[in-house]
Amino acid sequence: MAATEEQQFPLPKILTYPASAPPSLIAQGAEGRLYKTTHLESGLPCALKYRPSKPYRHPILDARLTKARIAAEAKVLDRCYREGVRVPAVYALDAAAGWVMIEWVDGKPVRQGINDWLGERPEDGTPAASEDETPLVDLMKRIGEAVGNLHRTGVIHGDLTTSNMMLKPWASRPSNAGDKAKAVEGDIVLIDFGLATQSSSDEDRAVDLYVLERAFASTHPRAERLFCHVLDSYKPSYKKAPSVIIKLEDVRMRGRKKSMLG
Amino acid sequence: MTTTTATSKKKRHIALGCEGSANKLGIGIIAHDPLTGAATVLSNIRHTFVSPPGTGFLPKDTARHHRAYFVRVAKQALAAAGVSVSEIDCICYTKGPGMGAPLTSVAAGARTLALLWEKELVGVNHCVGHIEMGRAITGAENPVVLYVSGGNTQVIAYAEQRYRIFGEALDIAVGNCLDRFARALEISNDPAPGYNIEQLAKQGGRVLVDLPYAVKGMDCSFSGILTQAEEVVAQMKKGKKGPDGEAITPADMCFSLQETVFAMLVEITERAMAHVGSNQVLIVGGVGCNERLQEMMGAMAVERGGSVYATDERFCIDNGIMIAHAGLLAYETGFRTPLVESTCTQRFRTDEVFVKWRK
Repeated sequence: MAATEEQQFPLPKILTYPASAPPSLIAQGAEGRLYKTTHLESGLPCALKYRPSKPYRHPILDARLTKARIAAEAKVLDRCYREGVRVPAVYALDAAAGWVMIEWVDGKPVRQGINDWLGERPEDGTPAASEDETPLVDLMKRIGEAVGNLHRTGVIHGDLTTSNMMLKPWASRPSNAGDKAKAVEGDIVLIDFGLATQSSSDEDRAVDLYVLERAFASTHPRAERLFCHVLDSYKPSYKKAPSVIIKLEDVRMRGRKKSMLG
Repeated sequence: MTTTTATSKKKRHIALGCEGSANKLGIGIIAHDPLTGAATVLSNIRHTFVSPPGTGFLPKDTARHHRAYFVRVAKQALAAAGVSVSEIDCICYTKGPGMGAPLTSVAAGARTLALLWEKELVGVNHCVGHIEMGRAITGAENPVVLYVSGGNTQVIAYAEQRYRIFGEALDIAVGNCLDRFARALEISNDPAPGYNIEQLAKQGGRVLVDLPYAVKGMDCSFSGILTQAEEVVAQMKKGKKGPDGEAITPADMCFSLQETVFAMLVEITERAMAHVGSNQVLIVGGVGCNERLQEMMGAMAVERGGSVYATDERFCIDNGIMIAHAGLLAYETGFRTPLVESTCTQRFRTDEVFVKWRK
């Protein structure tokens, strides 16, 4: 995710207009580039997500995907925001030009928080007997609730990973926890809705969870055994959640079968 | 080819690898320099079972082919390598994944050689074979691997002694999608349906036929695209017009299918690269020798300030040498497959293998 300093990308046109603060490239993800800039007034930071055209893609396919994805992303963010799911608010967009301007979220990605917590732990992932894992387990539960809230509103994220969740520091709760516990504190804010769709089917929701499960296992192999807490707190988060968990088992089996041929 | 002095003591490790998880029977012989770890390909012989246009290869016919050609291919591999049986350290064979009947036929051949020559057996995961061979040939240190073939579509990255699967096809493999599409168009299966689609696609490009685009996170799905493509082929045969008012041709269909599915593959690979912070990508597997896919992947990698590594058909398409190479790597760490455990399995995930030979 880290932006490479050496590489200079041409700015999207919207960022070439005079502004009080120069835009800065925050990240080059797979999907596009994220700039930090300001919206309307110099004190209001915002994120501008720009999808440059992909040189490897056929121009027709590229234009179709870029436009559809920016428009869908804005639509889904707006829906989540109205329904009270913690996501960045949408300020402005131009789908054909490939950008959407959204609220700036303070904090760090959940991925970083978990890695900071795990630190130099031995490979098999079993903590020392004395270690209190409660803060990490709490984080898992908050992830499950956040995903449950999202699904309750009829939105499928499409790319749930621990990089696509921010840990927004608790402003109102002064913490007296240790440094280590602080690493996993904060509200979960879901970001990067670039592949989001609207659906309320068990199948789509289960696939969404499956994507998260797989990404979690490959990103944090040492904390894989704690993933069950995500599902545990997902289950009571809305009415249809238990049947999604059952469906998840089918999706897993289908994925696992994928080692058939050479 | 390296030469060894007859007087010196055992200077190199030599393995013979047998592969037959799908329609290719491959036997290869590799040598490793124990000091430098450098691998030298001594021979790499392959014989492919080709089914008539409009059909696929069935397990029983493929197994019969492998049984019929095993001795001939093994003799050719030995002769081409110029090594004597006594120099060989171990016999490696594909344990899985793959089609059951062809796998067991080749495993029986490998067991016979091991007993006949009194050699150790090493069972190898087919996917790990592809990855290790790709790394050895291209010199890519720690790349994100896109493994694309008739049976597998996986985006893999190495972490903590395992090849971890970041993304994969949720239904059929991309190669299977291409093969079955070739059947719908009744394109020849010789030398490979994917190769013929690639050649035909070079004549396309006039129009892009609208096909579904199905990426779910780092996973993707091809069955819906295949269904839609088959549907359009059926309409094409009835004279369907493209967006420019001209009739759609098989070349247009091949072009559109390639552009769509390869864009999906490049996209999931790019996402995995962004996720693990790597800028190297290695393409392995039969579909990996498609030059359009390599070109698209290259365009993506260059934009990320990285590079793409790919091999040609000798190493991309299933072969015995990759089994010999991966098997020998495991052999050198002390891994053996006792005769009683020298079974095959149709399901054998890439991440099940403990990669002891890497840090």
